[in-house]
Amino acid sequence: MAYSETAKTHYTNELKGIRSGGLFKEERFIESPQAARIKVEYPLGAAPKEVINLCANNYLGLSSHPDVLEAARKGLETRGYGMSSVRFICGTQDIHHELENKLTEFLGTEDTILFPSCMEANAAIFEVLLDKDDAMIADRLVHASIVDGMRLSKAQLYNYKHSNMEHLEEKLQETQGCRFRMIITDGVFSMDGDIAKLDVICDLAEKYNAMVMLDDSHASGFMGKRGKGTHEHCGVMGRIDAITTTLGKALGGAAGGCLSGRKELVELCRQRARPYLFSNTVPPVVVAASIRVIDLIEKSTDRRDKLEENTMFFREQMTKAGFDIREGVHPIVPVMLYNAKLAQDVARDLYAEGIYVVGFFFPVVPQGQARIRTQVSADHEREHLEKAVAAFTKVGKKYNILGKKKDEIIAMYGV
Amino acid sequence: MSEDVKKLIIDYVKKEYLDEDSDQTIDENTKLISGGIVDSFSMVSLKMFLEKKFKISIPDEKATPEAFDSVNSIMKLIQEFVKP
Amino acid sequence: MAVHERVKEFFRNELVELQNADLFKEERYVCSPQAADIVVEYPPNAPPRRVINFCANNYLGLSTHPAVIEAAKKGLEERGFGMSSVRFICGTQDIHKELERKVSGFLGMDDTILYSSCFDANGGVFEALLGEEDALISDELNHASIIDGIRLCKAERHRYKHGDLHDLEHHLKQTQDKRFRMIVTDGAFSMDGVVAKLDEICWLAEEYDAILLVDDSHATGFIGKTGRGTHEHFDVMDRVDLITTTFGKALGGASGGCVSGKQFFIDILRQRSRPYLFSNTLSPVVVAATIKAIELLEGSTHLRDKLERNALYFRQHIRDAGFEVKDGFHPIVPIMIHDARIVQEMARSLYDEGIYVIGFFYPVVPRGAARIRVQLSAAHEIEHIDKALAAFTKIGRKLGVVK
Repeated sequence: MAYSETAKTHYTNELKGIRSGGLFKEERFIESPQAARIKVEYPLGAAPKEVINLCANNYLGLSSHPDVLEAARKGLETRGYGMSSVRFICGTQDIHHELENKLTEFLGTEDTILFPSCMEANAAIFEVLLDKDDAMIADRLVHASIVDGMRLSKAQLYNYKHSNMEHLEEKLQETQGCRFRMIITDGVFSMDGDIAKLDVICDLAEKYNAMVMLDDSHASGFMGKRGKGTHEHCGVMGRIDAITTTLGKALGGAAGGCLSGRKELVELCRQRARPYLFSNTVPPVVVAASIRVIDLIEKSTDRRDKLEENTMFFREQMTKAGFDIREGVHPIVPVMLYNAKLAQDVARDLYAEGIYVVGFFFPVVPQGQARIRTQVSADHEREHLEKAVAAFTKVGKKYNILGKKKDEIIAMYGV
Repeated sequence: MSEDVKKLIIDYVKKEYLDEDSDQTIDENTKLISGGIVDSFSMVSLKMFLEKKFKISIPDEKATPEAFDSVNSIMKLIQEFVKP
Repeated sequence: MAVHERVKEFFRNELVELQNADLFKEERYVCSPQAADIVVEYPPNAPPRRVINFCANNYLGLSTHPAVIEAAKKGLEERGFGMSSVRFICGTQDIHKELERKVSGFLGMDDTILYSSCFDANGGVFEALLGEEDALISDELNHASIIDGIRLCKAERHRYKHGDLHDLEHHLKQTQDKRFRMIVTDGAFSMDGVVAKLDEICWLAEEYDAILLVDDSHATGFIGKTGRGTHEHFDVMDRVDLITTTFGKALGGASGGCVSGKQFFIDILRQRSRPYLFSNTLSPVVVAATIKAIELLEGSTHLRDKLERNALYFRQHIRDAGFEVKDGFHPIVPIMIHDARIVQEMARSLYDEGIYVIGFFYPVVPRGAARIRVQLSAAHEIEHIDKALAAFTKIGRKLGVVK
């Protein structure tokens, strides 16, 4: 062995600590495709059972859609499985270009480049576009991959209280001496399902001469009347300078991400972005399927409409049942439980009732804000959602939390 | 260091990290980072504020969550860099 | 418009500068699957033409292997196209666990954790395992993704001169007071086609009590007698602690990467590694295809053997033709031209002859070290290689590179 017993002991103790802190994440094994109902083996060795899935990013139900599978199959046959190459060497097929053009049109921008994931798009953009005389002004709750991307940039880092437009304005004023300013936000924040105030952000950007960058991973495909994203939803299409988003959630769920926006910004990333230059191209099978996905959602808004209906229904019913649901319109529906152990207990009991959800607690969400984050999908039928509400109600009664507010739940269970 | 400096920092923390309607109290011993009031990402603003205000430069290795965890520990840190 | 004219102007100028400095990269559109020969449209709208491809990482030809494609199709049918989930929420299928087991077995490690790419794996491994009390000692020519991963980690950073084991030893000595030391090296370096001297590095790691991590992306599947990688080649299979590698090169070429190693390292990564917790799980299609790729390699060494023969054949004959080639055996063959202008001219002319290769020059490689990089594949037949040799000789003579 190349290293000492000290290292082994150290890491073993770290793991013990994570376990005893109740923070250990256990994987559950799924023995079916992703869908409204899945077959799960949990714990390891238990007999697999069918449960209703309420925690996938499979918003439009496209991850196992027959049309998408068909396009993937055709892609495999005509363009192969992999390219084994970075984009600019021999990793750009005609279909990559076609997908980029389709995304540009769909998102209403000037140009698009694909990345292996939205995570890599976020890792690339700031380092390429901004330098030490520039300012990055980010919402405090932006996605982890954006935080990592900003850390790789030499630009000055500022952040503002979550969705607090006055605080954003202060930061914009503070940075007027910088060369460029870039406001950075998620379109939809994934822990609460709340939506960025993009209209105000765009107005401020104009007033204070700043670019706007948006990570729309939890919105592309279904937010806005035609599913174009948060910018459509907030009525600011054409006013966003850079959008990063993923093909790994609503738009198919396999892999892939992109950066879409002003021509010059995108082209510069094509020339300089480290992941673009050093990372494998998106595989033909994913590109082919994604082209079909965009075609499907452009042709008809059926799926995003159904998702919207399902979301309203589920939110109404859960509120009626007496749960503390953060208000909103997004398919991310956080059921607030505040106490970490309570969240885990409720999730476990729901699983026994055939409802698959996961408890979120520190450090994924702040201490004292534990929740069960449910996600509605267009794949859910009314009966799935009714069963879910019934199960939640039953378990909620058991823990005596129905109709209770935050203080009351904390009083009962602590934080 | 003076009470003025302490107040300066406490006021900044309140304004920069707390919502207007928050009933969280901040004193020189309140655990800022480990108490979840300031996370390591938002800590950046605090560092920049201190550097600007006291005309110092805090190297990245010293800007640890431990050093920023309370107003008291922050004052200790600044003392290292402020010329008398 | 939110982008002030000034910003637009600025970025437009940056692009013009790149074009003027001849550093602008133009994409070529491949209108076929990846294979020994491909159909390319270049420049855009030119009629597509067939060329022999010598610049893919498709070392074993698995990117379009019928058994791999069949397995991918089966994966699609049985497990769907995507999971739309991070691993620990609802993104772990039985086949993910199976792939992890298979990779562990193939690489000779305790356990493996999958990532959406080796880029992500390298991005997540250092930060999750090491802190400011530790030291990272890495070869200065390591892959960009390792450099980025190290930047995200708070450990003390040291770089040793490329392949210089005395310098490595010096840094190891210097960091004895740190809690942990980790040596990081690529197994095979992709600009030069050379391998790290893993046997000696292992000895140093043991001598100076350091953890050893190897990025084997340009070795997994074909280096070593049965293609396990650089550690098999140097007969140090149980002495490397962590391997990061990709499924996006020899093992199928679509996507995916992993970290493989000692059990508790992998356990910690599952709990803490940022890309693992926040990034989408591997597509079932890729998982199924990769399982098949590994099965193929475990079943027979004929692909890596053919690749080895192809590499030796090309290296031998290109030398005989008078070209300067760095010593080695790796299927990456750097043909040293030194002059950047000639390299670009040569690459263009070779393309016209139907041979697709890549020229590298400053800043990707040092000034004066410009080269044409050729990558051999098990998909190449002798005819393909002979055509390339003929073209190199013809163009080399024309440009005065060889007599």
